[in-house]
Amino acid sequence: MSLAVDVAKPMRLARGRHRRRVLTEIGSAALGLILLIWSLLPIYNMLLIALDPEEGEIEFAGNLWTPAPSLDGFVDVITQKARYLEDFWQQFGNSLFIGLLTMVLTVLIGSLASFAVSRMRLSKGSLLTNTALLTYAIPASFLIVPYYRIMHAYGLYDNLWAVIAAQVTFATPFAILILQLYARLISLELDDSARVDGASPVQVYLRIYLPLMVPALVVVAIYALLLAWNDYLYQAVLLSPHNMTVSMTQGQLFADVDAEWNAMMAAAIIYTLPPIALLFAFRRYVAASLTMLSSGA
Amino acid sequence: MSTEQLIAPAPSALVKGPWRPPSHRHLHGSDLRWALAFAAPYAAVFVALVVYPFGYALWMARTPSLYADLISDRLYLSTIINTLFFVGLGVNVKMFLALLLSGFFLRPRWWIRALLPVYVLPWALAAAQACISFHWMLIGEQGLVDGLLSALFGIDGPLWFNDPWLGMGSNTIAYLWKWMPFWTLIFLAARMTIPRNIYDAAEVDGATGIRCFVHVTFPLLANLYLICTLLSVLWTLGDFTTVFLVSGGGPAGSTEVLATLGFHYAFDFGRPALGVATVLSALPVLIPIIIVLMRRFHTSGVQV
Repeated sequence: MSLAVDVAKPMRLARGRHRRRVLTEIGSAALGLILLIWSLLPIYNMLLIALDPEEGEIEFAGNLWTPAPSLDGFVDVITQKARYLEDFWQQFGNSLFIGLLTMVLTVLIGSLASFAVSRMRLSKGSLLTNTALLTYAIPASFLIVPYYRIMHAYGLYDNLWAVIAAQVTFATPFAILILQLYARLISLELDDSARVDGASPVQVYLRIYLPLMVPALVVVAIYALLLAWNDYLYQAVLLSPHNMTVSMTQGQLFADVDAEWNAMMAAAIIYTLPPIALLFAFRRYVAASLTMLSSGA
Repeated sequence: MSTEQLIAPAPSALVKGPWRPPSHRHLHGSDLRWALAFAAPYAAVFVALVVYPFGYALWMARTPSLYADLISDRLYLSTIINTLFFVGLGVNVKMFLALLLSGFFLRPRWWIRALLPVYVLPWALAAAQACISFHWMLIGEQGLVDGLLSALFGIDGPLWFNDPWLGMGSNTIAYLWKWMPFWTLIFLAARMTIPRNIYDAAEVDGATGIRCFVHVTFPLLANLYLICTLLSVLWTLGDFTTVFLVSGGGPAGSTEVLATLGFHYAFDFGRPALGVATVLSALPVLIPIIIVLMRRFHTSGVQV
């Protein structure tokens, strides 16, 4: 009798564990399916509107797929035939100009400042880190009205540089924080021995700091570019219709609901492709920096 | 920030002790001048484009009568409630689900690994474009969601933007969709740095599943979770794009949040000072959070 119990108990336990494992698998499959639909539904909606042959059609007719998908929307965008998108490539160029200059200036200003603090050990350097932290915590949208006034006063209204200045301001704090974290991984003795050999601070910055910091600099560059790319508010407020960016054209949502929405959505899709490609290309760097940030190096 | 960040700040949370800066040696002569010159561009940007605009904002909103105007405005009260709803519900649900989902994405299955890039896609999408897609998706019976509801279940979906609560709900859903992936990645990265042997030890002691999460994972991530939540509160308070482009503040301004109401006052009603006062009225909430955050940044260490 006692023997039978001894045999049956582990078997029941094993069966329970097996059932639990099957349930876990079914549960995670269901969760995975939900997440898939959740993530893709709005993107699918974008495609559905963009591929609709009828201009301005945002209706969902009950078909899960457009009966006659057409690339007219995309063609209209590329050939600049759609209303509000007559200057699409110029708008795209403006967006690109803002993005690239924000990127370059953020990398330059951020790396110089964090070089001074973390490598040259500028005393009171923590003050600089704190100001960065403080800026990081201020919601950018709260400063839009003063920015609008100030840029007007400087005669920079409707100038792409006004937007670049704003984006650089809000991108550098992150640059300084991540560069400081990353710089801890590099031995200071490298700098010291270079100095003993007679290198100037500028040479140390150019020959030692920059090359060794490439992974962090890449992340900072992507971050700055995407911040500018994602911005809607500053571009909409600081620029006029003469200097449109792609982001701004989407604001037609309120001015003209009957715009050619298939073309507008096609433009939106074209606009979102570069950041996705960029993140995908540099995913290793991004993943490494996320790990570094979440664990404090 | 207008867009929540690509990568979160640097909460030093796990495993390692607080980092100590290398001992200061005093800089002299040309070295000091170089160091100051290197830091100068950033200092100039900070003074000209952070301190000055912020001071300007305070100066614009200095008149007490502005606040009397605000309080007597019917819209302001509903905006405060909406903001509390949006930030309170949005941030907490987002963080909690992100924490749980980071555990899901840690499971060693090929299809879960393949799902991760798809799940992260919303974060990589430009915010304005994604929000407009949400707007069209929920536009009523012409929208994809109501269309699917009637095609699949035969129900007439609601008019999402005709009701304040449904409108705020739509904003929150769009916000969750856009920003949850990012925080999931942060927690996922943090979880991967937790040494495996801690779990092995817990398993030996008989902890499994939920108990492992409650007694091992969560205490280790608690500090990071707190910092992320606080930071996210600040950014969400400033989230303009989501509400502006999903519900647009309608119907009749009943789904405005502070950031969009301030914008409308300043640029549509021609009352810039009132617009500034609207957003600055969030300062009593903002400042304590910033103080707590800055302290956490400097003292946080590991709690292993």
